[in-house]
Amino acid sequence: MFGKLSFSAIPVNNPIIMLAVTGSLLLAVVILALITYYKKWSYLWLEWLTSLDHKRIGVMYIILALVMLLRGFADALLMRSQQALAAGASHGYLVPHHFDQIFSSHGTIMIIFVAMPFLIGLMNIAIPQQIGARDVAFPLMNSISLWLTVAGAGLIMVSLGVGQFSNTGWSGIAPLFEKQFNPDTGVDYWMWAVQIAGIGSTLTGINFFVTIIKMRAPGLRFMRMPLFTWTTLTTNVLMILSFPVLTVALFLLALDRYLGMHFYTNALGGNMMMWNNLFWMWGHPEVYIVILPAFGVFSEVVSTFSRKKLFGYKSLVYATAVIMFLSFTVWLHHFFTMGNAPEVNTFFGITTMLIAIPTGVKVYDWLFTMYRGRTTFTTSMYWTMGFLTVFVLGGMTGVLMAIPPADYVVHNSLFLIAHFHNMLIPGALFGYFAGFQYWFPKAFGFRLDEKWGKRAFWGWLVGFLLAFMPLYFLGFMGMPRRMEHYDNLAWQPFLIIAAIGALFILSGIASTGMQLIVSIKNRKKNLDTTGDPWDGRTLEWSTSSPPADYNFAVIPTVQSMDDFWERKEQGVAYERPEKYHDIYMPKNVPHGVFVGALAMTFGFAMVWHIWWLAILCVVSIIATVISIAASDDREYVIPAAEVQRIEDERFKAMASSIKPAQDQQTEN
Amino acid sequence: MQNMQISSADLSDSAQMKHPDHLEIRTFGFWIYLMSDLIIFSILFATFAVLGRNYAGGPAPKQLFDLPYLFVETMLLLTSSVTFGFAMVFLQREKKQQVLVAMLITFVLGLSFVGMEIHEFYGMITTGAGPERSGFLSSFFTLVGTHGTHVSFGLIWMTVMIIQLVTKGLTAGVRSRLARLGLFWHFLDIIWVGVFTVVYLLGIA
Repeated sequence: MFGKLSFSAIPVNNPIIMLAVTGSLLLAVVILALITYYKKWSYLWLEWLTSLDHKRIGVMYIILALVMLLRGFADALLMRSQQALAAGASHGYLVPHHFDQIFSSHGTIMIIFVAMPFLIGLMNIAIPQQIGARDVAFPLMNSISLWLTVAGAGLIMVSLGVGQFSNTGWSGIAPLFEKQFNPDTGVDYWMWAVQIAGIGSTLTGINFFVTIIKMRAPGLRFMRMPLFTWTTLTTNVLMILSFPVLTVALFLLALDRYLGMHFYTNALGGNMMMWNNLFWMWGHPEVYIVILPAFGVFSEVVSTFSRKKLFGYKSLVYATAVIMFLSFTVWLHHFFTMGNAPEVNTFFGITTMLIAIPTGVKVYDWLFTMYRGRTTFTTSMYWTMGFLTVFVLGGMTGVLMAIPPADYVVHNSLFLIAHFHNMLIPGALFGYFAGFQYWFPKAFGFRLDEKWGKRAFWGWLVGFLLAFMPLYFLGFMGMPRRMEHYDNLAWQPFLIIAAIGALFILSGIASTGMQLIVSIKNRKKNLDTTGDPWDGRTLEWSTSSPPADYNFAVIPTVQSMDDFWERKEQGVAYERPEKYHDIYMPKNVPHGVFVGALAMTFGFAMVWHIWWLAILCVVSIIATVISIAASDDREYVIPAAEVQRIEDERFKAMASSIKPAQDQQTEN
Repeated sequence: MQNMQISSADLSDSAQMKHPDHLEIRTFGFWIYLMSDLIIFSILFATFAVLGRNYAGGPAPKQLFDLPYLFVETMLLLTSSVTFGFAMVFLQREKKQQVLVAMLITFVLGLSFVGMEIHEFYGMITTGAGPERSGFLSSFFTLVGTHGTHVSFGLIWMTVMIIQLVTKGLTAGVRSRLARLGLFWHFLDIIWVGVFTVVYLLGIA
């Protein structure tokens, strides 16, 4: 009836895990109790969970990312403290088997359940408004994507308390993850969590690609699109083309593990290197999937806060496109040591180095945008400048490792760990935080506190440098990655510094928490009544904050790049139309939540071999999809009079609180 | 990369009102989905290319594949694409009854294809040539089986559409779904041509 599942699956004899499980459960109970106490269940269900509004879906994505960031960072703290302690005679406090699960879940969570939902959340909030659209192309599919991602994250959280998680790293190790060597549930949890979330990401890619290609406001030609729209477009191309590869790679692993097939086994004609090739054919484009949207955010931020058009807009667009193409030609540099022919390694080494060229172009473009700009140093700009400084260093270590003989020396050492954290923390995460600060007022109608934002930045920057610079040295000193204990005492001082760095990052994360609390408390002081808190340049700042359901009462007609800025300059930014029209918007529906819940149950059932439940879930998902296809009536009307009322209110609020500078503009 | 110039006059009143989740966007989105599905098949083809000669001492294609049988199977699927084409022609002529008949014939042909494939698989598995026997057989069953699963989902979709044709008639929604089902069905046909060539013909050659 319950497959392999029994009470022995709960690791009661591991106090650290039980503490984490109890803590998570208590937190969940408190949140559920608060919702019940304030009688918010129906509000939550009707207005948020079942919402098809891209802005709300975006907010939910980012909440998921922030929650999972806490989980992923807790894993990081455990690893850093273990490695700071476990030298020589001391063995620290984590047993090897547990340590293996921690580094596996840390990587999986940070990439799939922090970076992905964070960037997709920013995309959701900003993209339709940046292109002058009222919604995404497929609102219901958007909701389904969200809940599939939540389902994957849910499976990882369940694995904490029921059974165990994978011990083969976030990228999997063939053939260690085969049934023969890993008969327990860990690999299955990892596999299904990533698989389910990955399908959600493919759907997101299709959705936003179609949105940007087909739903831009009239006049918004490709070469007038804001840079964030451009980087999102290229990211979506990468998602559409690369996530199916991951789907197949994991599907083949499932066939190996469940049906005894031979894809990645080392017997009967399987081929272990198949896994590495397939995984990194997705895995390397994935690096650019998470980093390109952050480049887009930096471009928006740098241009807005320097009060200048982007320097070299066209070169930024082409550099983005070149990175998109090249990202598919470099996957093999993840395993130069596989033992390929020298010409193969050389080819991939050169393509890898080539990527540094368009990236370098971008760095100069951002610097020259700031040059002679009227730059204001807001929190978003702090993140951007921190990125510019530190990211270049990570890029150079990347070029170093692109040389195959050099890679043989540092392969799978802490040098590699330092390198890719050096790319992903300043490159991606700093960008998301910059975007978080930048678009928060758009989503909620008030600005985030600058003081705590800057504290968060310094915590992260100093913490990052302390935590990862020592790892470069350790790499050269020969320390491999993923060690739960080591005998070489010369490594320990560096690892202690790294652990202190992790504490600084903790202070950065705590500052972001404080920032949210302080900002919500003082929201009356930081209200954004104009919808344009930063004197922005692109279309999303022409809507109110938060925007009405329909974003734009009238779809704008774009005349130039940075159209909103130009219209403000001409004093025509806030002209009202003669009359409003009825607007059709998608109704909220619960199908997305259902599909997510069913997918999570399916994953759980597959992990524990509860076949009847798995079949039931698949049949139910098919039935849900059929019921979606059967419903033709999915929209509701916002009557013109209602639009008029909402817009009247907006302009009244704007007039009563308008800044002097904009006052002049509206009078002109 | 210049987009076509659109003047504001093109954006009529109705464009201002309607949620633009209309048929053209859905068709375009479905094309993009098909491209991502194509990646899935191309990776499975690549896997077969790498593992397809790893017999591990087990049976090889020559002992397993029965070309005349496969010819019949292939003809069933190709003919079903033709009959689906007829359904779309009748759809344009607003002939609901003929659309239904053509859809039913397509369904029967598709079902026979899946039936023959299951029979082929069953025969191989019971004679010790199941997917767990060798890398070759793992990649064979996965590639061909993934195609067969797609065809089966197409059959489920077709059932839904036949029911919608009867209950809803030739509405705009039904038409657009039929058009996308058509894309899907022809797409699977093209994939099968690849499977037949790469797996069966080259396997025996």
